[in-house]
Parts: sequence; C-alpha cells; structure tokens
Amino acid sequence: MAFNYDKYLRLEKMPTLWCWGCGDGVILKAFVRAIEKMNIAQDDICVVSGIGCSGRFSSYVDFNTVHTTHGRTVAYATGIKLARPDKLVVCVAGDGDALAIGGNHTIHGCRRNIDLTLIIINNFIYGLTNSQTSPTTPRGMWTVSQKAGNIDPTFNTCDLAIAAGASFVARESMIEPKKLEKSLVKAMQHKGFSMMEVLSNCHINLGRKNKMMSAMANLEWIDSITVSKKKYDTLSEEEQLNLLPTGVLKEDTEALEYCEMYAEIQKVHQGQRAKITQADFAKKI
Amino acid sequence: MSIREVISTGNELAAIAAVDAGCRFFGGYPLTPSSEVMHVISDLLPKIGGTAIQMEDEIAGICCVIGAAMAGDRALTATSGPGVSLKAENLGLAQMTEVPLVLVNVMRGGPSTGLPTRVSQGDVLQAKNPSHGDYKSITLCAGSLAECYTETVRAFNLADRFMQPVIVLLDETIGHMHGKAVIPTAEAVKEGIVPRKKFDGPADEYFPYECEADEPAVLNPMFEGYRYHFTGLHHDKNGFPTEEIETCRKLIQRLEDKVAMHEDELESYEEFMMDDADVMIVAYGSVSLAAKETIRNLRAEGIKAGLFRPITLWPSPATKMKEYADKIKNVLVVELNIGQYHSEVQRATARLDIDGLFKVNGRAISPNEIAAKVKELY
Repeated sequence: MAFNYDKYLRLEKMPTLWCWGCGDGVILKAFVRAIEKMNIAQDDICVVSGIGCSGRFSSYVDFNTVHTTHGRTVAYATGIKLARPDKLVVCVAGDGDALAIGGNHTIHGCRRNIDLTLIIINNFIYGLTNSQTSPTTPRGMWTVSQKAGNIDPTFNTCDLAIAAGASFVARESMIEPKKLEKSLVKAMQHKGFSMMEVLSNCHINLGRKNKMMSAMANLEWIDSITVSKKKYDTLSEEEQLNLLPTGVLKEDTEALEYCEMYAEIQKVHQGQRAKITQADFAKKI
Repeated sequence: MSIREVISTGNELAAIAAVDAGCRFFGGYPLTPSSEVMHVISDLLPKIGGTAIQMEDEIAGICCVIGAAMAGDRALTATSGPGVSLKAENLGLAQMTEVPLVLVNVMRGGPSTGLPTRVSQGDVLQAKNPSHGDYKSITLCAGSLAECYTETVRAFNLADRFMQPVIVLLDETIGHMHGKAVIPTAEAVKEGIVPRKKFDGPADEYFPYECEADEPAVLNPMFEGYRYHFTGLHHDKNGFPTEEIETCRKLIQRLEDKVAMHEDELESYEEFMMDDADVMIVAYGSVSLAAKETIRNLRAEGIKAGLFRPITLWPSPATKMKEYADKIKNVLVVELNIGQYHSEVQRATARLDIDGLFKVNGRAISPNEIAAKVKELY
C-alpha cells in the first residue's frame, strides 16, 4: 500500500514556501516516514523550529508545532520536554539557526543530554535571506556578505555535537532519503540528546555564484564531499580532509538522560533518596 | 481570607508566592540581585513534582519558560534589568503568541552592567516596552514585603486572564529586605487561582486565535488533542503565518485592546493620607516606604502631604492620578531614575508642572531627602 503522507501533513499549507528543487521537501518526506515508524500518536509529538527556511518545517506537519525565534529551538524544546517528559519533542533548525545565533543552546542541549532530537538541515548558507555566510559555508565560496570569498573557518557540526556531549550523533544527506529515514528513526528512538545533521542543497542561494545553479549540480557537490563512515574510517588522514562521513557517528546508550536525572532531584526533595553525590555518578546515580 | 505571618525576604516571598499560585516550572539564569528567587524555587518546585532549571543564558531562561507554558504549566522566570534586555525578543514572542508567564525583575542600577548590587528603579520604561513592536505590557510593582508575595500571585492570575507575560517589578532594596510580612495562606491563594481558559469542544471547531476584538487567545495546552501552531509571525485564527492585511491589523489591535479595554481589571493603587492632602507625592516600590515616613514627619510639622502609590504601573492608574492632580496643586514624583514614571504622571494628569525628585546613584532615597524637597518646593 502506498504510504499515506496526508495523515501527517497540513495539506492546506501546501505548496511549501521552499524553492523548486529544495532539499527540505525531501527531508520533510523522510521525517514523516520516520515518524510513522515511531508509532506515536500525533497528539504526543511536538515539532519546534527556528527562523530560516527550516523554520517553516513545523508549520507543514500536523503535530503540536512551534515556530520560535531565531536560534532558540533547543531552549524552547527544553522547557516543553521538561514540562512533559513523556512526549516526543523534535527540533528542526538550519545551520545558521543552530550553529550561529543558536550555537549556545545547541552545545548546552548536547551537554545536558536531554531527550530531544535536533535535526540540523545544513545547506551551507543563509538561504532565506539571500546568501549570507553561515558557520558551515566552505571557505572560498562566494556569499552576498563576503563577495571576495568566504574567509571564515567552517564548523564541523557533528564533531561539535560529539564534543559537547550529545549521546547520539549522525550525519546524512538528502541524496539518500532511505538512509536518512533510517537514521532519523534511530535518532528519535534514542534516549538522550540526538543530533542529526542533514546535508541539503540550496542551488538558488548557495549555488548561483558558486557554479551549482541547478539542484543536481548542488547535489553532486554534496555527494563529492560525503562518504560513508565505514569508508571514511579506512581513509588516511590526508584523504579524510574536506570529506564528511555519513551515518551514525556516535551512539551512547549508557549516558544519563537529563529528565531522568531531574526525576532523581525530585526524589531527593521529596525525601525518597539521599542527596546526589559525585560517587553516585560513578555508579550512574 | 486566611492570613499568616512570615519572616522572609522579598525575593524569597516572590518564589514562595509563585509556587502557591500554581507555578510548576522555573527557568532562569543567575543575575544579581534576583538570584535568590531561583535559589528558593529550585528547592520548592521539585518537592511538588515541578521543575526548576538553570539555563545556559538569560535568553534560554525565558525560552524554556515559554515552552513549558505552551505545554500548559504556569511558569516563572526571574532576572534583573540586563536579563530583561536579553529576554526582550522572546518576551515579544510571548506577547505575539499570547503565552502566559510571569517575569520577576529585581531592579538594579543601569544601564549596562551598572550597579549590580545597588538599588534602582531604572527599568520602569523597559517594562513598558521590552520588545520591539506594538503590544500592551502589564507590570505590577511591589511596595512592601507582603506585596512581593501578593503581587506575584496576582501576576500569575493576570497572565492567564490576559494570556501574556506579566512583569513583577521588585527592586534591590525590597528584594533583599528581610522582615515580617503578613500574607495570605497558601490555601487561600489556591482557592483564588483562576486558570487560563480552555476550549473543550471538538478539535475541528477549535481556533485558538479566533476571539472577540478585546479578548485574548484561548490556548489549550499542547498534547491534549488540539494540534495547532505557534509562531512569532503575524498569524491567522489557527496560528499559521499570514500577511493578509485585515488579519494582521486585527491581530495587533487586539493585542493592544485586550488590555486597554479592560484596564479596570488591572488598576491597583494605594492612597495614603490623601483625604486632605495639599501635596501629593507619587512613589512606588521601596521608595514608597520612605515616602510614607516623610508624610508622617511632614504632617507632624503641619504640612499636609499624602502618597499616591501605583501598584499596577502599566497600564498606569491614569484616571485616578488625574482626579487627584485636578484638585491638588503640588504634585511631586519621587523615583530612583531620571523621571521614567514622572513622564507618565505628566501624561496621565495632562500637567507639565509636575515636580520630580530623582536619584540615580544606587543609593536608596531617605525620608529626609523627600521632606527637604517638599519644603523647598512648596
């Protein structure tokens, strides 16, 4: 039987505001398919987005949805999750949203290891606002704010999330939607903070002055800079340079989750257990 | 109403009040001189199954509070002026999406880092318009230890009534003041809780932002079977972004009118020895305590002074102030800033000859200073 997308989409909001050929639509599709596999009622799911093209993601899916201020998705989602720890809360943000203006919330969400899924749609540019440099724009590329060529070093999103303490980190590109769907399911099923970077195209605003004016040209470039983690691990350091591994890069199922730890705090204050000490952490509370 | 006597501080009383008023979520960031609110509530909330979290910055502090409130919790954040500056954009989102929350601002000297440990009332105009755009703030100001409690309780009920942030202004003096306060019992406060309105009809007939021109949105908590959308963009009756001309105009006009048309529900002030007053002193917050002392002293010397103390600062008790100013020639506004409320008193009374005594060096104003000013002027 054909997959019923209609159940999860707000059809009256279609067509989307995204440009013709934008990868965000593919990611939306993969996300909806992944949600179906989660087998959770739509009422029990919350999708929080920020500002940018990715910010519109939340308005297209039929869940409890929040379109927040620029960069603050994880902070809003943290309040929602702590208020209702039994619900599935997913953040969708762009590279500028999650790594520039919202970088602080991203790293602290990872550090707390609170049970949220953060999907960072990385199109390497500020697409909505006409091609300004983002923290992931490759050096030497043209942007409207750096027409002489971008000199800013680029963030490696997944390395950042791993270093900050996220217990699940994966990278996929929208070129392989089936693989993306599988990783999204894993990310959402994971207990703890899961960061999922999804590489996507913006041939309109990244591509137009960087010789990738069609979606296909942009995707071919993404394809050329990505390689599966399995293959990546076999490469020399020199070969790894400028390549981004895809797949699940970190999965720690033992890490303590924040809401569960906070439940222990509640127990302390309710006289059901002794205060938490450093020694407790050695034995995982 | 059943009452109790407690010995406490203003900041602690604000925290206790929040919990008694049904607050179940606190998010914040340490900021002198407000931090004790977080210290106290982080012990109280987990005891009753609530949550208090110290976030990574002031912005995250308000964002998680808005998130918890969207999920249905009564929620609080506490900070001081620099924190309000940082929270401003997201206070705007709460105004726009009509999400209720309470923000306690324990004022210190500004601008910028200012005088972190010293008293000021420099955030009065900030409280009126913390964020860009048009909306109508509700700001309450505690003038005693007891009011740190009662005004915080009132703030939670008003936030749910008007579906927007309500700011409670304390100042460093009153926040750190330690003494006896007579306050309602927790049971009495609980009985007085008026929760936010909910829609309980069929989901397909629910339009959260479809309401009368002077009424707030009806926002059901998330996860209860009514799926809709929050956005800081101009939005339609379902909460979805729109640029439709009439919808945009109506929305912003309603954000103004839902408060402006119901100022009678918000108005709150104290009149102290005003019956026969020849001199009206207008003061609020901790300054009003000094003003009361001044008035007693002046009256002992035969000068008939009285105090008009706004408790709801925004919207201001304009009608009552004008009524007094129409019959009392000498009006003196005393405040710890350079005339932030003075301009409001001028506006409300339509008089440009309102006098002012302003102090901005981080020190409290003494009864003698006020008395000297009254004698100099009148």
